[in-house]
Amino acid sequence: MEKFIPIPSRPAPVVEVGLIGWMRKNLFSSIPNTLVTLFTVYMMWIVLVPFLNWAFISADWIGDSRQDCDSGGACWVFVTVRWNLFMYGFYPEDSYWRPNLAFILLLGILVWLSVPRLPFKKWVAIAALTVYPVAAYTLLYGGFGLDVIPTHRWGGLMLTLVLALIGIVVAIPIGILLALGRRSEMPVIRMVCVIFIEFWRGVPLITILFMASVMLPLFFAGGTDADKLMRALIGIVMFQSAYMAEVVRGGLQALSKGQFEGADALGLSYWQKMNLVVLPQALKIMIPGIVNTLISLFKDTSLIVIIGLLDVLGMVRQALADPAWLGYPAEGYLFAAFMFWIFCFSMSRYSIYLEDRLNTGHRK
Amino acid sequence: MKPTNRNGLTRLFYNPTARSLFFQALVLGGLLWFVLTIVGNVTTNLNARGISSGFGFLSQPAGFGISQSLIEYNETFTFGRTFFVGLLNTLLVSAMGVVAATILGVFVGISRISPNWLLRKISMVYIEILRNIPLLLQIFFWYYVVLQTLPRPRDSLSFGETIFINIRGVFMPKPMAETGFALYVGLLVAAVVGVIFLGQWAKRRMRDTGQQFPVFWTSVAILLGTLVLGFFITGRPIALDYPELRGLNFRGGMSLIPELIALWFALTIYTSTYIGEIVRSGIQSVSHGQTEACRALGLNEKQRMNLVVLPQAMRVMIPPMTSQYLNLTKNSSLATAIGYPDLVSVFAGTTLNQTGQAIEIITMTMLVYLTISLLVSAFMNWFNKRVALVER
Amino acid sequence: MKKIATLVGAAVAVTAAAGVNASTLDTVKNRGAVQCGVSDGLPGFSATDSAGRWQGIDADFCRAVAAAVLGDAEKVNFVSLTATERFTALQSGEIDVLPRNTTWTLTRDASLGLNFTGVNYYDGQGFLVSKELGVSSALELDGASVCISSGTTTELNLADYFRMNGMSYEPVLYDTSDQTAAGFEAGRCDILTSDQSQLYALRLQLSDPDSAVVLPEVISKEPLGPVVRQGDDVWFNIVKWTLFAKVNAEELGITSANVDEMTSSNDPSVQRFLGTSGNMGELLRLDNQWAYNIVKQVGNYGEVFERTVGTGSPLNIERGLNALWTDGGLQYAPPIR
Repeated sequence: MEKFIPIPSRPAPVVEVGLIGWMRKNLFSSIPNTLVTLFTVYMMWIVLVPFLNWAFISADWIGDSRQDCDSGGACWVFVTVRWNLFMYGFYPEDSYWRPNLAFILLLGILVWLSVPRLPFKKWVAIAALTVYPVAAYTLLYGGFGLDVIPTHRWGGLMLTLVLALIGIVVAIPIGILLALGRRSEMPVIRMVCVIFIEFWRGVPLITILFMASVMLPLFFAGGTDADKLMRALIGIVMFQSAYMAEVVRGGLQALSKGQFEGADALGLSYWQKMNLVVLPQALKIMIPGIVNTLISLFKDTSLIVIIGLLDVLGMVRQALADPAWLGYPAEGYLFAAFMFWIFCFSMSRYSIYLEDRLNTGHRK
Repeated sequence: MKPTNRNGLTRLFYNPTARSLFFQALVLGGLLWFVLTIVGNVTTNLNARGISSGFGFLSQPAGFGISQSLIEYNETFTFGRTFFVGLLNTLLVSAMGVVAATILGVFVGISRISPNWLLRKISMVYIEILRNIPLLLQIFFWYYVVLQTLPRPRDSLSFGETIFINIRGVFMPKPMAETGFALYVGLLVAAVVGVIFLGQWAKRRMRDTGQQFPVFWTSVAILLGTLVLGFFITGRPIALDYPELRGLNFRGGMSLIPELIALWFALTIYTSTYIGEIVRSGIQSVSHGQTEACRALGLNEKQRMNLVVLPQAMRVMIPPMTSQYLNLTKNSSLATAIGYPDLVSVFAGTTLNQTGQAIEIITMTMLVYLTISLLVSAFMNWFNKRVALVER
Repeated sequence: MKKIATLVGAAVAVTAAAGVNASTLDTVKNRGAVQCGVSDGLPGFSATDSAGRWQGIDADFCRAVAAAVLGDAEKVNFVSLTATERFTALQSGEIDVLPRNTTWTLTRDASLGLNFTGVNYYDGQGFLVSKELGVSSALELDGASVCISSGTTTELNLADYFRMNGMSYEPVLYDTSDQTAAGFEAGRCDILTSDQSQLYALRLQLSDPDSAVVLPEVISKEPLGPVVRQGDDVWFNIVKWTLFAKVNAEELGITSANVDEMTSSNDPSVQRFLGTSGNMGELLRLDNQWAYNIVKQVGNYGEVFERTVGTGSPLNIERGLNALWTDGGLQYAPPIR
């Protein structure tokens, strides 16, 4: 008997595969869909082409005065001549290496911690939390033989990063304590934590900053040397730790009750239970939430402009008021927007990556 | 069994109740000491420096003007009045923002899951770009970059000589009530009541007989019909007061000041990116099995959305939506950066500067926002309880 | 538990603060620098130049105080303040002296726990209008939109003036004077109101300064002077007499250029001033060289005026009310004797 040979399957119709098929499926599947596609393409044409032309093709990139901006496009010279001010504020030029070094060290630590193969993770983490803050403070502020650079000379992107980092590093432990307090079985402690959290979450950051700048000084006895940056930081930390507490609470609630009961059954003390059983699991779950809080904190730091501190947005606004450079608000604000965007966007991508990586064992 | 040779004190130390009481007393005492120290410091500082305190300033004349007020106000009114002017302006921009952000957000959220690839990608880019730029910067952008390019009053963009747009804002005709207005309003109320009854009747009919009634289109027809026909029947009870360029500025009509427009746009766009994500995840949270079941039952796309998906998605969407509305209200305080006369700008700004009474004013301002937040969370708790799934 | 951290922090802050409640003079000497509150950018009064150095009549007053107290005009920490936070900053001790173009009024003197030490600059509020409006008097401004820097006495004067003349207006508020000028330039408002000194400065910042004019009306008195905290009379005297020393130096004809020759002068007032005879400085608990240091390192009132706001500066403001009393102005200082 002859062996049965099936006729080879015919290729799919040309309109169903490849580019054409994809387009038919995704762009022109129905009449309304086609209309939407055409309309969208038209709008993009109208908006994007002039924008790209303005921002890149006919823009001026090189020069040192506004006379170099004559092509009719964006005047990026406005940004390049003030690059240092935007990055460091009024920090003395011959000391730029100090913040640079501080941030390179930080970057090094972060890379070390996030590359899985490198050893001594624990020690690096401990150093990051103990030695590094002291070193960074010394580098930025001065002491140990370095010139003191008072905080009112700090500014630009450097100030934004300093505020965001200190804010998050101090807010995490306070937030954890608050969240534990909120779940505590002692009514007084629970009440205190609930009131604290709900108060700071209930008011806008801007009123907190106003409070830090005009009310806080009256809370101290006599004159203190808590300068404006310090007071703004106190406000930001209070605000952020309340939000952090809610993230931590979410993490704790995601753990099954059995974990708590198991730890209790083993006779662990409260802090042993937290440190050995609950927090290691909960922190893993919380990491995306923490990164999201960091993103919103990073965006919120821009509000310090309103109380007169000059972060990257504040420096841009100062530059916009310079009589010699009037008339480039679009360039200035787009630049500031880009600086914030690049940080926030990369953090949000990192958070998604972490979510994928950590989503292996505990929740499913 | 543990040995029982411990004396009373040690036992007390290991007694969980005693320990918990001790810690609570410690915290309470510490807190009390902390508060008392601060109160003491504040009192000493205020007295030592001869700074006046108390709420007496609220009844003093304010003496400064405010560019937009929903209630009657001029320089001769009191500082207390500025508080309400600011509060109402805050509520106004928040309400406008909530409505617009919801509409835009739902549109963006639906675009995110649209079958059209291009629309999907564009709405994703929209969300990723705009939610990662600080709101304050977006407000500045609208105010200083976009709105400042508008023409001066004399060269206003004019739409049929009724609506004018220039750098001082948008000027529109203002409706004025004339005779017969009460009747007209009465007709409209009757129409609304009628529509509500119609909806309930249709629901009952569907429950009893399974037949559906085109409630939406009928309601639209009834409402529009009353709106238009009633207007003529009651003898055109609304006249329009047109804005007119007189002297330096437009007079008459009503106007939206550019500060309000910039703040409104920025709040709307920023919040819509969050609402878009909430809508998307809400709709996607309805399991695919539901969709398949709908198809098996022979429901069409619209019925599937309206009868099966949305009612379930709403339950997931409403809590995060409310917290976005709350955020929007709190974010409206950024008005102070561009001088829109909201609560923070007028009361915690100008009034604070004129009186110097920082503690009283900042406390009042914070309490307002705190009250709004607590009211909304109380509502949310009530709502969550109401719609919570009944577990079986 | 979590309170502990807060409590410890507060305790440290409170106890640390209790020790600092010493006299301002001692604090300044220990610190080795004067903390001086200035505006965050007001040309002629206090603004940073391209090299980041603070320039202006207020900034120079800070230097004069540093020269008198510490003998070195550069020992100043400039703290830039918004209008809102300036008084709290002084009340709380964040700064030692506030020469931030602040108008002397009864309310501020009496209810804020502050003392005004004198008048460094006599100013008055005026209007800047665009020429194309064709307005020649402020009385033609009914219904105008007005750009103002918020948080100042300017807002109150404006409201008073318009109400008194039965006119209406729309206030448009900005945070800083730069933004106010930008708003005016863009046409957000018809007129800009501010102290006259500022109007001249802001007019220069317009892309076409000739497109705007300053109206002749002056609607208020704005005596601007340095402020200190109440209750520290030693420090109050020092700041007050720093101001008087600058005016007296001009009256005596002592300038930064000739101050060294003047030390050999046999005019008894000059000798008392420069500390070659008498112990005027010690009475103020300062060095006897205090006035010498001010003039040598900063200059007399006239020099500072010319350099910062006067004809030697872009602002190009006449001395006017700020001339010495001997020249028909109001600047008059009690004698140093």
